Amino acid sequence: MKLTVNDLNSFYGPAHILFDIALEVGEGEVVALLGRNGAGKSTTFRSIVGLVENRSGRVMFEGSDVSDLPTHAIVRGGLGYVPEERRIFTDLTVEENLEVGRQPKRAGAPQWDREKLFKLFPNLGEMRGRPGGRMSGGEQQMLTIARTLMGNPSLVLLDEPSEGLSPKIVEQMVDAILAMKKEGVSIVVSEQNLHFARLISDRAYIIERGRICFGGTMAELDARPDIRDAHLSL
Amino acid sequence: MAFYVVQFLTGLASAASLFLVASGLSIIFGVTRIVNFAHGAFYMLGAYVAFTLTERFSSAFGFWGGIVVAALAVAAIGVLVEMVLLRRIYHSPELFQLLATFGLTLMVEDLVVLIWGPDDLVGRRAPGFKGAIDFFGQNIPSYDLFLIVLGPVVLGVLWLLFQRTRWGVLVRAATQDRDMVAALGVNQKWLFTSVFALGVFLAALGGALQIPRDAVNHAMDLRVIVEVFVVVVIGGLGSIIGAFVAAVLVSELNAFGILIFPKISIILVFLVMAVVLIVRPWGLFGKPEAPARRTPGLTVNPWRPLTTNERLAAIAVLVVAAALPFVAGNYLLTVGSEIAIFVIFAVSLHFLMSVGGLASFGHAAYFGLGAYGVALLAKMAGLPMIACLLLGPLLGLLGAAVFGFFAVQLSGVYFAMLTLAFAQIVWSIAFQWVSVTGGDNGILGVWPSSWAASPSHFYWLSLGIAALAVVILRIIVFSPFGFALRATRDSPLRSEAVGINGKRIQWTAFVIAGTVAGLAGALFAYLKGSVFPDNMGISLSVDALVMVLLGGVETVSGAVVGAIVYKALNIWLVSQTDLSKLVLGGFVVLIVVAFPKGIVGTLEAFMHRRRKSSSSASSPLLTSRIESAE
Repeated sequence: MKLTVNDLNSFYGPAHILFDIALEVGEGEVVALLGRNGAGKSTTFRSIVGLVENRSGRVMFEGSDVSDLPTHAIVRGGLGYVPEERRIFTDLTVEENLEVGRQPKRAGAPQWDREKLFKLFPNLGEMRGRPGGRMSGGEQQMLTIARTLMGNPSLVLLDEPSEGLSPKIVEQMVDAILAMKKEGVSIVVSEQNLHFARLISDRAYIIERGRICFGGTMAELDARPDIRDAHLSL
Repeated sequence: MAFYVVQFLTGLASAASLFLVASGLSIIFGVTRIVNFAHGAFYMLGAYVAFTLTERFSSAFGFWGGIVVAALAVAAIGVLVEMVLLRRIYHSPELFQLLATFGLTLMVEDLVVLIWGPDDLVGRRAPGFKGAIDFFGQNIPSYDLFLIVLGPVVLGVLWLLFQRTRWGVLVRAATQDRDMVAALGVNQKWLFTSVFALGVFLAALGGALQIPRDAVNHAMDLRVIVEVFVVVVIGGLGSIIGAFVAAVLVSELNAFGILIFPKISIILVFLVMAVVLIVRPWGLFGKPEAPARRTPGLTVNPWRPLTTNERLAAIAVLVVAAALPFVAGNYLLTVGSEIAIFVIFAVSLHFLMSVGGLASFGHAAYFGLGAYGVALLAKMAGLPMIACLLLGPLLGLLGAAVFGFFAVQLSGVYFAMLTLAFAQIVWSIAFQWVSVTGGDNGILGVWPSSWAASPSHFYWLSLGIAALAVVILRIIVFSPFGFALRATRDSPLRSEAVGINGKRIQWTAFVIAGTVAGLAGALFAYLKGSVFPDNMGISLSVDALVMVLLGGVETVSGAVVGAIVYKALNIWLVSQTDLSKLVLGGFVVLIVVAFPKGIVGTLEAFMHRRRKSSSSASSPLLTSRIESAE
């Protein structure tokens, strides 16, 4: 397994947010984490990369336990994270944003550099010197993904990549994610949009109120409309 | 004409050092979000170390090498400070960060006196820049020309560093979003340490470069830090260009202010700062920041008025205190009066910083204004004591109304810097306006009327006023005004959304606190029989902060307990050691790192735990630490 999460519990202050989360991601797989707003998708991702201070449980990445490592060490190990709110550095240009994400090459993980990323996201290549603050929402979303890829990750956590994007940009996003998969990057993508998830994912988990309540292939999910309707708003 | 040109060039030369120090402060703040109050101390250390090195190695190479090595050595000290102290408090509330770095400043002040002695040291002239250049009959020191060139050169180097290197890109990214930088695999710890080292290096270099111009002394840290705060408030904290432009502006205002108001040249700088604050509260080159969510406190113990039993206990304590004259001698009664006066002072600051969430680093200004108010009325107008006690604090009120109006436009670290700068301005007026205030000699012979002259009577008077002040401020805390003030403290946006005029509420609180502090100062003038500029000095402001902190900054009654314990300890300590600043500073750092809840806060937590273990009905949420909910 590329990534195995077991018994993950997270807290914000006195509030218990995640309850015994368990996930698995295979080599080169794209797995969707589906759930409504506030179900705990982002917290799951933040807990995996160590951005939630108060958490317990075990996160195994490429066979080693990363649960107790600081965020930067987890990420340097090849576990990339693309946050939900498109937290690009608005004062920095496109190229500078990419520079922040740059990490040395890693054996066994797909390699990325600026030119390769500009081929994947042609829009970005046309605005290399533009400050991040003066880009559209879709362009910013592409930039956050490209920035994480500069770290040559072998697995990427993608938090709601389609959120608030126009249908046309969403299409480009689907192509980009499939291209990443083709390069050999494993991906966990959190989504509210089942349609989008179906276009890219091999398997899916459903999270509701901090608990995983379904795990299986997309076909298995389609065979259970009751689960789908109970936990996802369509 | 030539005279004005020379004056202008002198201003530019002074701007160079100021810019180095201010840019260092800005860089550190940008990434770590800590306003390093110890920055002036690093500047001073730079000057002292450079003095020693340049005396020891007297060649030209030795001189310039000594300057650079001094800055590097102090930067290494800075790295040590960052790793040992700052790393522990990056997640603490702002107030604790300010206090810890301030405590550090106090320690350094005593340490340099210990190592280099209390006298001014006059450094060597810079080899190659010893002469002066004749400009239409006026002399310009060639070293000044060197500094004038150096300023823009450093600006250019910093610009290249931040725009053209990977390190610079990372720093700029971290300035905007620290967590995101970590989430991209960058080790923040070393980024922070390196940034702090660069900032300290710049401060120390600024200090080292001053030695051919100015004598090195152990008060230069506070002088420069006040100017630097003014510079970053005008230029915008976090902006290097802003630091440069504002440093030039402030230095020129100083250079020409001396021609216009020779006695109180700092007034001109103050006026400019006031205008900038009204037009652009975030500074000329700064960016308006979204209202910061308040750092969660250490505990969430809801405040409540005293129960009947607690009230009876408080009255009993007061009665016991009032019985002191029957058992104690005159010395103890004088100490008792002083403690009572500092209880008044501490509760007034507590009201502003704990209830209002506005941590003032210059609260002594209003204490001192009250004292001077009394002294001027008694000596010049010859008013009786009662009238003086009633009218004197009005000077504190007036000062608080003027400065408070500007200060509440800002919040957090800006507020702290501004209040400190205001207090220094008031202090320098008292110091320089000799014809009215007597300058350093102060005003002597302010004695109480005969009915209050005996130590026991004066003690009862102080105790009574202290009790009254505590009760009144407590009533205000639990009045609708108090609720509005606390709502504004906890969430400016939400309280505004329910129709609270936050700025006006805060301004009112500032005026109340200033007036009560003025009352304490008024009594203090009568207790001592004299007033001096030190009655509004920085160390007095720090004393008040420590009292509130020691008692427990998040409690209602902490200030009273803190004032009593601290003042008693302080009076004893001063009689025991000459290094009171070193001990005091170490004490402040220790409280912040090890004991941030204070005496009353710790007691409350303890009582709470006991109550919880005896009855499980109480909610377990109240004493647990809250984390940022993001």
